[in-house]
Amino acid sequence: MSLKYTEFHPRWYRPRMPVFWWVGRRSYFLFVIRELSSVFVAWSVAFLLLLVSAVGQGGRQYQQFRHLSSDPWMLVLNAITLAFLVFHATTWFNLAPQAIVIRLRGKRVPRSWIAGTHFAGWAVLSVLVAWLILG
Amino acid sequence: MAKRKAEPLLWLLFSAGGLAAALLLPVLLALFGLVFPANWVSAPSYAHVLSVARYPLTRIVLLGLCVLALFHWAHRFRYTLYEGLQLRHLSMLIILGCYGGALVGSGFAFYLFLVVL
Repeated sequence: MSLKYTEFHPRWYRPRMPVFWWVGRRSYFLFVIRELSSVFVAWSVAFLLLLVSAVGQGGRQYQQFRHLSSDPWMLVLNAITLAFLVFHATTWFNLAPQAIVIRLRGKRVPRSWIAGTHFAGWAVLSVLVAWLILG
Repeated sequence: MAKRKAEPLLWLLFSAGGLAAALLLPVLLALFGLVFPANWVSAPSYAHVLSVARYPLTRIVLLGLCVLALFHWAHRFRYTLYEGLQLRHLSMLIILGCYGGALVGSGFAFYLFLVVL
């Protein structure tokens, strides 16, 4: 960032932060890990689009996709991705009560109810999707 | 000024994308990325996957999920680069890369769900 010094202006106090400022402390580390989960969200979308593209093109392409997805590297990548996705989901649902404030008859709906509803919705949707896919 | 007007919309997309990704991506990735490839459960036949994917509601839900999740990534990754790696001085480049990437990915998703399938 370029600093512009002007006459009669006090000098800015802007200490430089090291790039890895988030490594030393657990809460900072978890914060950056949570932010990084978006990269794995993007990869999941790319993986999903590859699947849909293969399904749209035909049975042979679908088999090729299945072959690709059973590659050991791909399995490792997707296992890591799943861990990040679950971390994203749990942190997201736990934060939901901060963002959603509902009042019923003048009383605030407890935070645990709002988070709980999200977790329940997650479970129901996951079962529904699995049931649809497994037929 | 235009940037300031876009900001609430970007936060809205971030938030909607975060919710959609949290609700639907884990189960989809777990099944197609781990459970089927590792043969814990036998994968569904091509005909079944095709019929589920072609169902109009599936297309709408998956297309929405892809677009929103991509904008969720774009917005969050932008700030990860700003703060995590302290690259705020490359702001213009990062904005172009993140939202541009999300737009290109969304375009591809539209093409897949509305033309290819």
